[in-house]
Amino acid sequence: MSAPTRPRPGDARRTRIDELAARAGQVPEGEGGVSLTKSAFRRLRRNPVAILGAVIVVVFLVVAAFAPFLAPRDPLAQTLLSEIRPNSIPGAQEGFPLGVDNLGRDLLSRLVYGSRQSLLIGVVSTVLGVIVGMALGVLAGAFGGWVDTVVMRFVDILLSIPSLLMAISISVLLGQNQYALMIAIAVTQIPVFARLLRGSMLVQRSSDYALAARALGVRKSRIVFGHVLPNSLSPVIVQTTLSLATAIIEAAALSFLGLGDPDLARPEWGAMLANAQAFLSIRPELAVYPALCIIVVALGFTLLGESLREALDPKFRR
Amino acid sequence: MLRFILRRLVQLVPILLGLSILLFAWLRALPGGPAQAALGERATPEAIARYNELFGLDQPLYVQYFRFLGRAVQLDFGSSAQTGRPVTTEFLERMPGTIELTLFAMVFAIGVGIPLGYLAARKHGSWLDSTSVIGSLLGVAIPVFFLAYLLRLLFAVQLGWLPGSGRQDVRMDATRITNFYVLDGLLTREWDAAWDAVLHLVLPAIALGTIPLAIIVRITRASVLDVVNEDYVRTANAKGLATRTVRRRHILRNALLPVSTTIGLQTGLLLSGAVLTETVFAFGGVGSALRDAIFTRDFAVLQGFILLLAVVYVLVNLLVDISYGLLDPRVRVR
Repeated sequence: MSAPTRPRPGDARRTRIDELAARAGQVPEGEGGVSLTKSAFRRLRRNPVAILGAVIVVVFLVVAAFAPFLAPRDPLAQTLLSEIRPNSIPGAQEGFPLGVDNLGRDLLSRLVYGSRQSLLIGVVSTVLGVIVGMALGVLAGAFGGWVDTVVMRFVDILLSIPSLLMAISISVLLGQNQYALMIAIAVTQIPVFARLLRGSMLVQRSSDYALAARALGVRKSRIVFGHVLPNSLSPVIVQTTLSLATAIIEAAALSFLGLGDPDLARPEWGAMLANAQAFLSIRPELAVYPALCIIVVALGFTLLGESLREALDPKFRR
Repeated sequence: MLRFILRRLVQLVPILLGLSILLFAWLRALPGGPAQAALGERATPEAIARYNELFGLDQPLYVQYFRFLGRAVQLDFGSSAQTGRPVTTEFLERMPGTIELTLFAMVFAIGVGIPLGYLAARKHGSWLDSTSVIGSLLGVAIPVFFLAYLLRLLFAVQLGWLPGSGRQDVRMDATRITNFYVLDGLLTREWDAAWDAVLHLVLPAIALGTIPLAIIVRITRASVLDVVNEDYVRTANAKGLATRTVRRRHILRNALLPVSTTIGLQTGLLLSGAVLTETVFAFGGVGSALRDAIFTRDFAVLQGFILLLAVVYVLVNLLVDISYGLLDPRVRVR
């Protein structure tokens, strides 16, 4: 029912997740009468950091959505092949704003198209992680008792494997394709979401309105899904935004380790970056541009996530 | 305190058991199963059948699991399909390198991170403050291996200031005792060997330490800012304590509690980063071996290394919890 009181290994990490969870749904002082969402939104709009993050994310989404219209060339067409030598790859020139890669494909177009794949991997893996993690969290948070114990022990075991090692094991198991990559990243996100949601649901369950609803004889499923769950979501929303950044970086890391998407027809920033390492001393730009894309987009999601946290968190009411 | 430590050790058992079940299931689920994992991809069906019979893989699953567990407890994970050497031997030979790298990275992150975070908080709103905030956000967003490559390209390849690969100059005929190269050099009084090993650690440690550095700066800054506004700091100032005393005894000491949690968390996470960093610098620790095993699909090595690394990770977390108990007495009684 309540959180276990005896200390267990790895408490430091769990405590941190739990602390975040405990702050869910508390309305900041002096904002009474305004819904949490509204007051959070109000503060977001006043925060330049949030706006910067949002702008980056929106630009990224627009580029991904309209890639075929924005890309100057076909990202797969091999051009300028005659100018590629073992020790020189043509740089920026007429018609190729950023030059071409080692196979003569237009770098800018590949970057533009690559945004689609990064977005897809980021979104699918995060959504998958959120869904499974939330299901586990709701199960544990709503039932409590032995269900809670079993689910949380499982989550603790998942948390005890460093995330990259977990992703590696799963990628090796599922073979080399983009779905394996997404699932591998999703699995590393599951325990965090499960623990976060369970923690924040436990706090909400013992709140006055949940007690009132129970006293009124409202059905248990209604209390859980209609009252407790919606009020427990804010830390999950924040974590989801931050996870999008982690997922994109982690996808790049897996590509680098040779566990990425082997399909060359889909340009992807992580794979481009990994591939460019071999030509770093000839044309560092080949690595620098995809890396910059990853950094900027990851930064955008992080800025948005951090300012969301501030906006939703009563501790930052200033 | 001893009871606290013992209790934690006992609580490790279910986690380790769970881990072993996961990894047992993992090896069964691999394409081709454990026989292929041990014999390599080109094993003939007859060889696989013989292997299965020899190692009891035709037995019921629970029998197999207990056998696996029995061998795992004795740290027997079979032999590498590539080198034919026992996985555990290979791990023990390589782990000191990874530990050295992780320690250096952590020393860098803590040594730079705490003073920087503290200064940023004291000069709240100054250029130093904003630079460190922006830097700490960038540090988290940059892919570790890309940073490693940049550092290597700039300081090792272009400028030639520091060595860019390996753990020690191969021409250095150093005596090995513990496989901790720096320590070996110090123990045998081969100062040049120790110094060379340190030089080889600088770039990888900086690359690996950047993410924890960014996070430590951010947490230190936030936590100092929190503490500065506490009542007891005002009281200490009001009763006329020297500013230095207030800063050291009242602000820093309390502010460092959350920082120590973060340091613990990050130490565990460095194991992941080490896989990437070691690969870039061909460092010859556990990480680069793991990456080679991925490329050659050497499942015995993968399984053994992942399980052993997870055990190390769990133990590091245990150490962190214990040290946290030492720092903050409240944790012990909870």
